[in-house]
Amino acid sequence: MFSDPRWSEALSRLPDYLGNHVRVSMTALALGMAISLPLALLAYRRPVLRGFLLGITSIVQTVPGLALLALFYPLLLALSALTASWFGFGFSAFGFLPSVLALALYSMLPVARNTITGLQEIDPALTEAAEGVGMTPRQSLTMVELPLALPVIMAGIRTAAVWVIGTATLSTPIGQTSLGNYIFAGLQTQNWVFVLFGCAAAAILALAVDQFLALIENGLRLRARTKIIWGAGGLVALLLATLTPSLTVSRATYVIGAKTFTEQYVLSALMSQRLEAVGLTSTPREGLGSNVIFEALAKNDIDVYVDYSGTLWANQLKRTGIKPRDELLTELNAALSRWKIMTLGALGFDNAYALVMPRKRAEEFGIRTAADLAARAGSMTIAGDYEFFSRPEWAALRTAYNLNFRQQRQMQPDFMYAAVASGEVDVIAGYTSDGLIAKYDLVVLDDPKRAIPPYDAIVLISPKRADDKALRDALLPLIGKIDIAAMREANLRAGNGETPSGVAKWLWDKVSRR
Amino acid sequence: MNDTAEAIVFDKVGKTFDNGRVKAVVDVSLRVTTGEFVAIVGGSGSGKTTLLRLANRLLDADHGYVRIGGQNVQQSDPIALRRSIGYVFQSAGLFPHMTVAENIGITPRLLGYPETDIAARVDELLTLVRLAPDNYRDRYPHELSGGERQRVGVARALAARPRIVLMDEPFGALDPLTRDALGDDYVRLHRDLTLTTIMITHDMTEAMLLAGRIAVMREGRLLGEGTPQELARSDNSYIKELLDTPRKQAARLQAVLADRSA
Ligand SMILES: Nc1ncnc2c1ncn2[C@@H]1O[C@H](COP(=O)(O)OP(=O)(O)OP(=O)(O)O)[C@@H](O)[C@H]1O
Ligand SMILES: [Mg+2]
Repeated sequence: MFSDPRWSEALSRLPDYLGNHVRVSMTALALGMAISLPLALLAYRRPVLRGFLLGITSIVQTVPGLALLALFYPLLLALSALTASWFGFGFSAFGFLPSVLALALYSMLPVARNTITGLQEIDPALTEAAEGVGMTPRQSLTMVELPLALPVIMAGIRTAAVWVIGTATLSTPIGQTSLGNYIFAGLQTQNWVFVLFGCAAAAILALAVDQFLALIENGLRLRARTKIIWGAGGLVALLLATLTPSLTVSRATYVIGAKTFTEQYVLSALMSQRLEAVGLTSTPREGLGSNVIFEALAKNDIDVYVDYSGTLWANQLKRTGIKPRDELLTELNAALSRWKIMTLGALGFDNAYALVMPRKRAEEFGIRTAADLAARAGSMTIAGDYEFFSRPEWAALRTAYNLNFRQQRQMQPDFMYAAVASGEVDVIAGYTSDGLIAKYDLVVLDDPKRAIPPYDAIVLISPKRADDKALRDALLPLIGKIDIAAMREANLRAGNGETPSGVAKWLWDKVSRR
Repeated sequence: MNDTAEAIVFDKVGKTFDNGRVKAVVDVSLRVTTGEFVAIVGGSGSGKTTLLRLANRLLDADHGYVRIGGQNVQQSDPIALRRSIGYVFQSAGLFPHMTVAENIGITPRLLGYPETDIAARVDELLTLVRLAPDNYRDRYPHELSGGERQRVGVARALAARPRIVLMDEPFGALDPLTRDALGDDYVRLHRDLTLTTIMITHDMTEAMLLAGRIAVMREGRLLGEGTPQELARSDNSYIKELLDTPRKQAARLQAVLADRSA
């Protein structure tokens, strides 16, 4: 089992992922404690403030971790825009900062709650004795109340540490490298080795930190100095061991971004290999959300990635009208130059929504284009992913070809292709570059009225690297080389569990010979 | 300061709890001169502890005045006041996370005494309350018996050499022998150092043997006060009964012992 090359690949990424994971979660924990401890001290004897503090932190706790992290990104983006216009400087809303803030917020409830309970549970006879021997309120707090509440407070810190380490795996989509990179990549590319590796690594890390903190807690409870020293020493050793490799890792020159689906992992690996071939180092920043990745490029947090013309047209340019392919690309280039982003060119395939059905049935009915469907739609069922039927593409298709299907069904994308191949549904709204189209012998119906905008895969380069000739020269050989058939097969391979870098090698082999 | 200078004066003090629903202390006036040893006796809930707390401002009176050394306590700094008065808590009130030595040395430490002086003082006090310093110094309160804890509580109250000592049932959990011995020791100390002491006790015999004067409380009020002889002349039936108890007990004891020997 461990002879699988995916294990060694997972292992080779561990120093980077683990180091970053520890860095972000420990910073968040420290920040969370630095905020919630003083707040708890301020609040524990003030019922109103106490209710407020516990209420707010409880509400934060009910927000799912992923949503909390995702919310901090636009929040910081807006804030950064504000500071930029008011004080003339912005900051990166990408990766470390939003992750630390969101996780710190997440860690506050257990620390605040346990600090307050720990202090409230102290026998009033003891606080009175502290007063009676002549302590000031501050002396009573530091000499009597806090030492007595410390075990309870430590228990809260342990809970917070475990939560933060677990939740930090969700910071991958907003650009923070973490052990979550294994999980997000593994889920997309069906690489269960990665998923397992990521989960196990996060669990072991959480367990180790928890045990060291438990040792400190026991030491405090039993007043055993050696335990405290062992626990603290263990924590420091863990921090040093995990942080040192990631600090000494030579600063890679280029950062290559990738969104959260298979094709993107393959293309990011492909670009990384092209850079490597001419002696340039790079580091991947994978699993980024669709909106996060564009802002990250515009802000120079990443240097290069592949996006799709139709996506940029709708999401970044907020355009609804549809233009022919070349016109759209020209306008897009002009618009992107306002962000000082450079488009290197199109790779040669597109990844658009398209109506897809089995080849056999299409030939049987003589259906070649979407227009041919109109007459038969009334007796047909169509399936699409969860967002398709509320997207402008669907509205455009329906009006352009007057399509009225008998039934619409929403499905998990991976299942759609099998469903249409087996005849459970008649037509699906698939993705043109999906490998399953070839696997199930399906056809993509033409769109003669161009109702769906083109989704050409284009290579985008950050403002900072726009004039970087070495980078351009390294990636230019890819432009116009990757046709839809090659990309589909690559996606099929990656979807079957081959590693993205393996597939990328295969893809380069195939297209470079042309 | 001469011998008859007033040390502690309660002047028509009252204290209620729960928005006036519980009248813990009602209109109590009591004058304690320097060097006096006064015992307060009375039933459970009669307001003894509350009265004592008013003296070092663990509580503030609703009305009336408390004067310590001639000064109204409301005008003195409560922290400094408490550091200058020894207080023995009813339940000892030892800090569980501190050793016996740390507990005893707490007030001197707060006052900034040198550590070597504190260590010497701790040993001296442990010897005084009949606990072997080498054996007890480094123990934690949970490693002590109830009586031992009370003795550490007495030692802690005396640590900063206070002129006034307030004791809330200090010897309650002790065996009779230690109790007698410790009581005698304390009285000697009280006399030698010209301390002023108020001690709460449930035990009338102890009150009569140790204190020069006894104050009797009932339902928050001071029913009467004076030397045992003066109190014996009181026509209050509760006081009479209280004073009679030791004599009756002695008589019964005599009868039991006579029976046995017969
Ligand atoms: N903090 C408080 N809040 C409310 N009521 C209180 C408080 N402290 C004391 N009391 C009430 O005041 C009354 C007098 O209490 P106090 O402790 O002075 O009695 P005591 O004479 O010391 O009794 P004991 O011999 O049992 O110690 C009691 O009825 C008690 O319930
Ligand atoms: Mg009492």
